[in-house]
Amino acid sequence: MSDKKLQVEKKYLDIKTKAEEIIPLKEDKTVVMVGTATCGKAAGAIDVREAFKEEIKKRELNAEVVEVGCIGHCYAEPLIVISKPGFPSLCYGNVDEGLSKMLVENYLEGDDPCYEFALVALEPNEEFPTFTDFPRGAYEGKIILEQCGLIDPEDINQYISVDGYHALVNALGMEPGEVIETIKESKLRGRGGAGFPTGKKWEFCANAKDPVKYVICNADEGDPGAFMDRSILESNPHQVIEGLIICGYAVGASDGFIYVRSEYPQAVRRINAALEQAREIGLLGENILDTGFNFDIEVFLGSGAFVCGEETALINSMEGKTGMPRHRPPYPAEVGFRGNPTIINNVKTLSYVPHILLKGVDWFKGIGTPDSPGTAVFALVGKVENTGLVEVPMGTTLRSLVYDVGGGIRNEKEFKAVQIGGPSGGCLPESALDLPIDFDSLQEAGAIMGSGGLVVLDENDCMVEIARFFLDFTQKESCGKCTFCRLGTKHMLDILKEITIGQGKRKHLEILGELALDIQNGSLCGLGKTAPNPVLTTLRYFMDEYEEHIQGRRCPALMCPELINFYIVPKKCSKLCSACVGSCPVEAIYTREDGLKAIDLEKCVKCNSCPAACPPEYDAIIKVSPPERVEELEKENA
Amino acid sequence: MNKMISIIIDGKEINAEEGRALLWVALENDIFIPNLCAIKEKARPSASCRLCFVEIEGHPRPVTSCTQTVADGMVVKTRTPEVDRLVTTAFELLLSDHRLGCSKCPKNKACALQRIAKERKLKLKPKRLNKFVKDYPIDDSVDVFVLDRNRCVLCGRCVWADHHIAKVGAIGFSQRGIKRKVSTFGDKLLSDSSCIQCGECVKVCPVGALSFKENHKDKV
Ligand SMILES: Cc1cc2nc3c(=O)[nH]c(=O)nc-3n(C[C@H](O)[C@H](O)[C@H](O)COP(=O)(O)O)c2cc1C
Ligand code: SF4
Ligand code: SF4
Repeated sequence: MSDKKLQVEKKYLDIKTKAEEIIPLKEDKTVVMVGTATCGKAAGAIDVREAFKEEIKKRELNAEVVEVGCIGHCYAEPLIVISKPGFPSLCYGNVDEGLSKMLVENYLEGDDPCYEFALVALEPNEEFPTFTDFPRGAYEGKIILEQCGLIDPEDINQYISVDGYHALVNALGMEPGEVIETIKESKLRGRGGAGFPTGKKWEFCANAKDPVKYVICNADEGDPGAFMDRSILESNPHQVIEGLIICGYAVGASDGFIYVRSEYPQAVRRINAALEQAREIGLLGENILDTGFNFDIEVFLGSGAFVCGEETALINSMEGKTGMPRHRPPYPAEVGFRGNPTIINNVKTLSYVPHILLKGVDWFKGIGTPDSPGTAVFALVGKVENTGLVEVPMGTTLRSLVYDVGGGIRNEKEFKAVQIGGPSGGCLPESALDLPIDFDSLQEAGAIMGSGGLVVLDENDCMVEIARFFLDFTQKESCGKCTFCRLGTKHMLDILKEITIGQGKRKHLEILGELALDIQNGSLCGLGKTAPNPVLTTLRYFMDEYEEHIQGRRCPALMCPELINFYIVPKKCSKLCSACVGSCPVEAIYTREDGLKAIDLEKCVKCNSCPAACPPEYDAIIKVSPPERVEELEKENA
Repeated sequence: MNKMISIIIDGKEINAEEGRALLWVALENDIFIPNLCAIKEKARPSASCRLCFVEIEGHPRPVTSCTQTVADGMVVKTRTPEVDRLVTTAFELLLSDHRLGCSKCPKNKACALQRIAKERKLKLKPKRLNKFVKDYPIDDSVDVFVLDRNRCVLCGRCVWADHHIAKVGAIGFSQRGIKRKVSTFGDKLLSDSSCIQCGECVKVCPVGALSFKENHKDKV
């Protein structure tokens, strides 16, 4: 070991020893960890925290309540973990004030862990199953989410106690070139969407002649429905900070930035607190760990437009200009922020960096696929049982993600598609379910890894409407600078609208396809280039649905309001009930002379309230398409 | 001056200064490539009109020639099926929200859109796409010129002239997406802006969006 390496190692040991002295030792104190990331808060985690505090105080117990981030099981928020000496750490879901009080009384004071309310244990034990005993846990493989929800994000000592900042020490003991070589060898690819090799990007930047360089963490996360970057920043900000410092050291920068959208106040607060703590113990600022390396990080608040996440728009925005993209090349790694070579990496990309330096290239390459090593993080939403943040090895199949990790389709409906990669991603059908999740396979199928949004769709989702919905987002987010994206997406959207209201024409399908390809090939930036993906993939895999809309004026999924009508099946309707009548906001439902209910179609606004109101034992209200089908049914049932 | 190199455009050998933008090298050698937003003096081209596509050997897809610097031995084609397809669509898109009516336009016969249509045999009234109706009020509040946003192609040349030739800063782009437009600060009339009526912007407008009032005499 070189002298420099020994020196930093020693310095780090001091810091780590101190950290371990400060944090409450799990062995002799009960700790209640409440998940207060944005998802937990929205579900009522603050009330839960207060209930625990109050009850513990009332009963004068020796227990501590701490706030942690998100462990990814969002369907069961608020979530808490209780670590009590002599018991395995147990996680409880859907906690409310009542359950909080009960747990304090029965478990903290008494010794009954109330297993009937526990979700899972965190360590292997004799009493209760752990994550790996559940299908989801067996398929998940957490790297960058591992500590999320288990450590206090506002206490640097907790991060250090799980070997945090050790990777930085390893890096500082190496030559910058060696660090880049390690990242290159690991084949880490950028998680901001495009999957560009991270080590190669760093090398470009390091080799650029300009002596002043910058490194930026892209935490703009503008995809609707995506929240993994927020969750990581709220749950384990030091992991990202450590990655960014290592990046700065590797490319020779002394200024780093974290570009966070201003809609993430909790993340901003936790990052700022984390930066402050890192500075205090000499991990950030001048002469880090006495190695002579100077590096500091500043938080930059983004203005919120989706396109500002695109790297050249992000730079413009940081320079005080309008957040609009510029032509690349030159790439930011050569000409970036203030004209200097600049690295821009996603939150997740940087989060892997410490793990790779700590556990080694071979360990990292042992996870995932040869060309896409590591894990993929998804915000799993839509019609699956278990929504939430999941982290699976690359190469996991979509089927496994939907059925094993996600627990399958809700309400025993039939699977139709996954929409993967955010608004600029694609919709993949049943036949693509055995596709391994990695950058290249998804791209081949017409989708993208994107930022990791994954929406599961079932038989009740209309694919034309889904395409319209996502294109509506990108069209509105187009900055308007270039011709294809500004005007092309508007034409496509207009056509899709016509199809969903039954005014589509055959020639529309051709024009849609042509425009989609030209916008993809002709747009200036990634927003325009990927905006047609939802349309291209639905045209490719669900052409029959488009044709039904156009030729039959029919929406097979019974979703497009203009193409459906509601109908009360006389045979099923109970004369004695009038649940539907009250549910209709426009009083379109009336009682016929024979006592059965019927819908005045002139008044009906197709709000979908009445089918839900009709009691399941009758289930008398159906949707039909095309709308004229009602007349036939009326005749048949007359 | 950089060293001189040799490239081939449409089979013709051309000597050019290394590192210059391909678009200007072609135009200076009388090879027409459609363009609207290009400004020779601008260091980083805005590359927004998406009309100047060409094919370069070794590149899988057409590239914009304004952003491509020339290098020795480069082989360029200005017309291939892929290039023509992109240019046609971009042109149709631009015309789909352009208020047509050439006979009443002050720029008739001197308009860049007419020139592109003629050179590339494209129609000024394409059928494939619907027409968007734009209905901006015409700003004729200043003495010297008129701004008709219904004819604007958003090339940004006027904004550049205002900022870099006139150095006034009276106009810029406002709004995003389909609503993007040239406007004064606070979206006021030109007469209420800092415009000094030097006319620099009018001189660079490739279409009939900015025009001198004296050219309106024989129009309605
Ligand atoms: C419209 C658009 C939006 C983007 N938004 C983000 C974003 O929110 N976060 C992000 O990390 N990358 C985003 N990107 C990708 C960035 O341009 C850039 O490729 C990425 O930050 C590079 O990081 P990586 O190499 O770690 O993937 C976006 C790209 C486009 C075209
Ligand atoms: S592709 Fe869209 S977002 Fe990107 S520069 Fe063009 S108009 Fe702006
Ligand atoms: S007014 Fe003329 S110069 Fe200005 S952006 Fe419009 S078309 Fe271009």
